[in-house]
Parts: sequence; C-alpha cells; structure tokens
Amino acid sequence: MLRLKKLVKTYKTGDQALKAVDLEVPKGQVLALIGPSGAGKSTLIRCINRLVEPTSGEVWLDDIELTHLGAGALRRARRKMGMIFQEYALVERLTVMENVLSGRLGYVGFWRSLTRRFPQSDVDEAFRLLDRVGLLAMADKRADELSGGQRQRVGIARALIQNPALLLVDEPTASLDPKTSRQIMRLICELCAERGLAAIINIHDVALAQLFVQRVIGLRFGAIEFDGPPDALSPEVLTTIYGEEDWQATIKKDEDAEDDSVEEELA
Amino acid sequence: MSAAATDLDSMLGRRWKRPPLIRRAWLRWTLTLGGLVYLVLAIASVEVNWSRVYEGLDRGAAFIMSFARPDFVSRAGDIWEGLLESLVMTVAASVVGILISIPIGLGAARNIAPLPVYLICRSIVALSRALQEIIVAILLVAIFGFGPLAGFLTLSFATIGFLSKLLAEDIEAMDKTQGEAIRATGARWTQWINYGVQPQVMPRLIGLSMYRLDINFRESAILGLVGAGGIGATLNTAFDRYEFDTAAAILLVIIGIVMLLEYLSGLIRARVR
Amino acid sequence: MPVREISGAKVWRRRSTGEALLRWFGWLVGVAVFLWCWQRISAATTWFFVWDAPRIAGDILDRATPPRWSYIDALWWPIWDTLNIATLGTMIALVFAVPVAFLAARNTSPSVWIIRPVALLIIVASRSINSLIWALLLIAIIGPGVFAGIIAIAIRSIGFCAKLLYEAIEEIDETQVEAISATGASRWQVMVYAIAPQIMPAFAGISVFRWDINIRESTVLGLVGAGGIGLQLSSSLNTLAWPQVSLILLVILAAVVLGEWVSAKVRGAII
Repeated sequence: MLRLKKLVKTYKTGDQALKAVDLEVPKGQVLALIGPSGAGKSTLIRCINRLVEPTSGEVWLDDIELTHLGAGALRRARRKMGMIFQEYALVERLTVMENVLSGRLGYVGFWRSLTRRFPQSDVDEAFRLLDRVGLLAMADKRADELSGGQRQRVGIARALIQNPALLLVDEPTASLDPKTSRQIMRLICELCAERGLAAIINIHDVALAQLFVQRVIGLRFGAIEFDGPPDALSPEVLTTIYGEEDWQATIKKDEDAEDDSVEEELA
Repeated sequence: MSAAATDLDSMLGRRWKRPPLIRRAWLRWTLTLGGLVYLVLAIASVEVNWSRVYEGLDRGAAFIMSFARPDFVSRAGDIWEGLLESLVMTVAASVVGILISIPIGLGAARNIAPLPVYLICRSIVALSRALQEIIVAILLVAIFGFGPLAGFLTLSFATIGFLSKLLAEDIEAMDKTQGEAIRATGARWTQWINYGVQPQVMPRLIGLSMYRLDINFRESAILGLVGAGGIGATLNTAFDRYEFDTAAAILLVIIGIVMLLEYLSGLIRARVR
Repeated sequence: MPVREISGAKVWRRRSTGEALLRWFGWLVGVAVFLWCWQRISAATTWFFVWDAPRIAGDILDRATPPRWSYIDALWWPIWDTLNIATLGTMIALVFAVPVAFLAARNTSPSVWIIRPVALLIIVASRSINSLIWALLLIAIIGPGVFAGIIAIAIRSIGFCAKLLYEAIEEIDETQVEAISATGASRWQVMVYAIAPQIMPAFAGISVFRWDINIRESTVLGLVGAGGIGLQLSSSLNTLAWPQVSLILLVILAAVVLGEWVSAKVRGAII
C-alpha cells in the first residue's frame, strides 16, 4: 500500500538524513521504526506526508506518487495519512472538540471551518472517537487543561477522524510515563487492528515496540540496517543499529533463555 | 451542552457549537451591544468634511510623489541645523537621563530599597510617566524660554520615568540566590550591588538604554513644534509652506536615522547578552 | 584570563592591558561627545531666563491655582472626541496591522525576499514618525479636525502593532502548525486553526496596550489642530489662561491614569 523507492533527504546543511531508503508497507501492517537519535526516523516519517520535502526518490501511496503532487493534490493525499506527534501538537488554545474536528479540515471548505459549522456526520464521528478514547466528557475543555496521556488520546482521535489508510506516528510515548506509554501504544495498535490501518510508529523504547508491533525496521545513519519480526531483535542486531551496549535488560523478558546463550557467545 | 450528558447516544446527532468566550450570556450580550452602540455613536460624532478630504487627495498624492524626489538641497542649512540640534539633545538627555535613572531605579526596587526611599522613587517614576513629553516641553518652554535646553530637560525627565521603572522591575525579578551568595561572603552594600545585582541587570540596562536613545531621537523630532529645539521646527515650517519635498526629505532623514539606531542597538544588545 | 607578572608575582587583572586602554579610550570619547553636546545646548540657551526660571515657575504656579473648575463644562465634548480618536484610530490600525504582520513574519510571509522587506519598511516608516508629525501632515492634506487625528493615530499605530504581532507570529509553536497541515488543511485553514489561536492572547494584549498609549497621544494631537482636548489646551495656552490650562492638565492626567487602569484590567483578564 505504501512504497518508498530510493528516498533521499539531504538537508541544506549537507547532512544526509536519508540515504536511498526502500520500504514497502502492506495494508494493515503496524511497523515500528527504531534507531538512535539522528538516524532519520522523524525525517522518514515527515518525508512521507511531505512536512519535509524529500530531495529525491518516490513515495507511492496506493497508486499515487506523492513527491510531485501540487498543493491541492497533496492536501487530498494528506487526508489519507493521519499523523500523531511526540509532544501531542494539539492546538492548545482550542477545545478538545475543535482539535478533533480539525482532522476534518481537508474535507470541509474554508468558510465552514472558519465558522466551525462542520457537517453533522463529522460531529457525530468526533463524539464517537472521543468516546472510544475515553474523553467524551472532556469535549468542551481546552486542550491545555488536559494531562499528557489525555492530550495524546485527543491527538489519536484527530488522526483517526481523517479516516486515513495509514498512520504516521512520531514518538507517541516519548513525553509520557511508562504506564501511560503502554496504554497509548495499546490504544494505537487496537485502533489499527479495528480499522485495518497500516501504521509506521517511530519509537525509542525497543521493549515497548516489541510488545505491540508485527514488524521492526532499524534505521542507522539514514539507511535501513534491520527489517524483520520483533522476535529477531538480538543484541547483535541492536548493536549494529545503536552501537555497543549491554542490551540484556532492553530485550523482552520471555526471551531470557535465548539471550543467555547469545551472551555466552559474545563473552 | 449540559455537563451531565456524557453518554455517547445522547450526544450523537446533536449539533455542536464552540463554547463562547464569555460564558455568562447576559454579560456577553451587554458587552457586544454596548460595544456596538459606542461604535455607532463614535462614528456618528466624527465630522468629516468629505469635499475637503477630496480636495486634499491631490495634495496627498503630491506629498507621496515628493518622496520620490525629496529636496535635501534648498533648505539644507535648516535641515542640518535642526538635525544636529535634535541629535545633540538626544545624546545629552540620554546620558543624563540614564545616569539619574540608575539610582532612582535602585530606589524603586522593593527588594533592595527601604520603604521611604521606595515610595519617593516610585512617585517620581509615576509622575514622569503620566506626563506627556510634549506637555512637559510646553511647561518647560514657558519656564526656561525657547531653545534646546527645554527639550533636553524634557527628554531627560521622560527617560527617567521609562528607564527607572523597567530597571526596578528587572531588579525585582532577578535571581535572589546570586545576591545572597555575595552577601554571605560578608560584602558591603555597595559591593553587594556591584557583584550581586549589577551583573544580572547590566545587559538589560544596556539594551533598554539603547532603546531609549532611539525613542529620545524620535521624540526630539516633535519637540520643535512647541519651541523646544530640534528638527521639528524645520518640519513644521515645511508643512506650513506646503513644501512637501523638503518635508519628505526631513522625514526620510528621520526614518534613516531611526533605522540606523535600531540596527546599532540590535548589534549592541546581541553583544552584551 | 589575563594574568600578569609584576616583579615576579602573578597578578590577576580583569582585563588585559590593551583591553583596559581601549575601554578608557571609549569612555574618554563618550565624555568628550557629551561635553560637546552640552556646550552646544548651553550656547543656544539664554542663561538669563534660566536663572530667572524659579521665579517664573512660581509665578505660573501662582496664576494656575486654583484651576477654573467651571471650565469643565466646555471640556466634555473634547474628552469624548479624544476617546474616539484613540479608540477608532486603534481599531483602524489593527485592521491594517494584521495583514502587514503576517507578511512581515518570517514563517508566514509568502516571499521572504520581496514582500517581507516591503512589510518591514512599512513598519519602520510608520514607527519612526511620531503621531504629532503624522497629524501635521494630514492636516496639511485633509484639513484640521478629529478625522485627521484618527488617521494620524492609525498610521502611527500600524507599525507598532504590526511589529509586536509579527514577533509573536515568529514565536509560535511550529509543531501545531505541522499537525494541522498534516491533516490536509489549506493555507488559510492553517492560519485560522493553528496560527490564530496561538497569537490571540498577544493580539489582545497588543491592542489594549496600544489603545492605552493612544489615549495619551490623542490628548495632545489638538496642539497641531487634529481635534480632541489638546485643542482647548492650545487655545488656553495662547491666551495665557493658566487656570484653564491647569484644569485641562488635570483632566489629561486623569484620562491617562484611567486608560492605564483599564488596559491593565483587561490585560489581566486576558492572561
């Protein structure tokens, strides 16, 4: 459904953030993107919906090539890609409901959005989503009154009301405590399963990623170093992605036995 | 929407409206209505002589055109004299104003000054801020006679109100622990000010002084209207005689100098930060 | 760090010798410039009047007290005019300042190389010139009266408001803008949903702040004939009617204090 072909991003400073990345994501697959800071994870996600303009290469969403679209066509394509941000990126001075409804901006005209007269079907859908993420009672609160976990739920509702085929998720849990992080990851993955969405989740916490996703991509210096199921993440793999470190504590506990043998080999 | 209605079924199909900025309906309506009534009355009371305005459009166009060919030459002597006087007043008043406003600013900061000193300094600040430059200039011209001395005193007085207030606020907002650390070494009051307070407020004081220099120059351009010296008198004469190209030249010079001062103060502020 | 050896012992100095010399030279030039300025002012002053000043000041004070309270009846209409000049002028200025600010802000300007400098030039030109001079100019063009005052205040305020506003626009949180653009919103929708809510508090604060300043400025616009209470001040001064002058000054003082109070209240309510 999503195909990246030789995607390259070189910043004006000369940093090459992405070096010819090839990637294919089938419909309904949730994949985690891991890698050290500066590996190009955020850039990769932002190149897909062109918040960052890729330098060269192609991005195919179904049968549309995104990198050469004009402004209007790009907006129509962006409607199919919901995005969830690290610091929630809610518009803090708008209400929760307005934030959720802003996900429909690509579908309504300017004057309707200015006067906040969204179609009743959108309003109903917004209420349903707020109910689904457990924030229905907060609909008229201002976004800056919410806690971090609640804000991220609003962010999820905003992405989903776009009725996307693909979710781009940028460090959804980086600003949250461990428990809330799990809840948010579970919510995202459940919603993807319910709606058959594909998702690219860019995440720091390897163990958390292993718990929830079907596929892991390891990025290092803008190139894909690893592509496989979460079970295949061994200390060697993590070392190639992140560099030398004791990975024992990072990897899921139920693989302890296997890891021990690996460690003996290393020693 | 009532707060109790939080189950989904009751909310589906219901129209949604953004909650209003002012929640109390009567207050919202009173304010809106009051604002509208005021606007109507205010606009109705403004008398505009449209035929006069229409006639003026030609002169307006002529004035705008004169920016394309400003006349620096025919009254070059007057412009130069007025400009020099403005600059002289600006510099002298800024220096004196800054020097006086430092002790007053220290005195007007509640965390370092005793109450009687604080009250006196605050009232000086309040007086200086409440009185318009131009009104002060009128009074001083009446007392000291025409000329740049009145302008100089006006600007110095205005500088004191501006700078002391901001300086005092800055001192009140500074980090207490740094001052306490200096106190703890057994420093005297003057040493404490020098080591504990001055380093914290100095960059901002320099920035504000530069900003005030800029304001003083702009203000010095109007003091001439009431006879307190500077370029304003030349400008006034140019307007009175409808010599728009000379007026345009003067305005361009003022804009240029203000831009230069802003640029310089930007440089200096970036350096002391 | 400059550490010097003086007769075998290491001595710490805050600055090296060159730096210290440069600083002293800088101070010297500064003092010389100031003295030269002072000398010019002094040369243009009739010192006889200055020595006589305390007596004259006392004389004026003597004549100005008590204020002629009955004169207040002639002032109600000018006070109303003054208020209108400030309020309407501020409103007109805001209407123009908003687009100028968006054109001048680095992150919203459609063209950083052509349109932004033009917008900045408008801001500088408007800010550099005092509203009294704008009034003088407008009176020469459209004749004296309240209307000229309103326009003068408006022109002067455009630059001020636009400058503060574009600085606020440049400081907004870009991720909120990204988030709204990522939903497929158009340029104008991004403006309304992501940028406008973020600058609203700044906008309200700036409006009230400028209104407060404009109350002060509109009280003196009458001195050059642009309507408001300054007109009465000017005629009272010309006829040396000091009791009237003192009453007018008291009224202006009250207006300024009231304006500052209102603006502080409103700003407190917003933030």
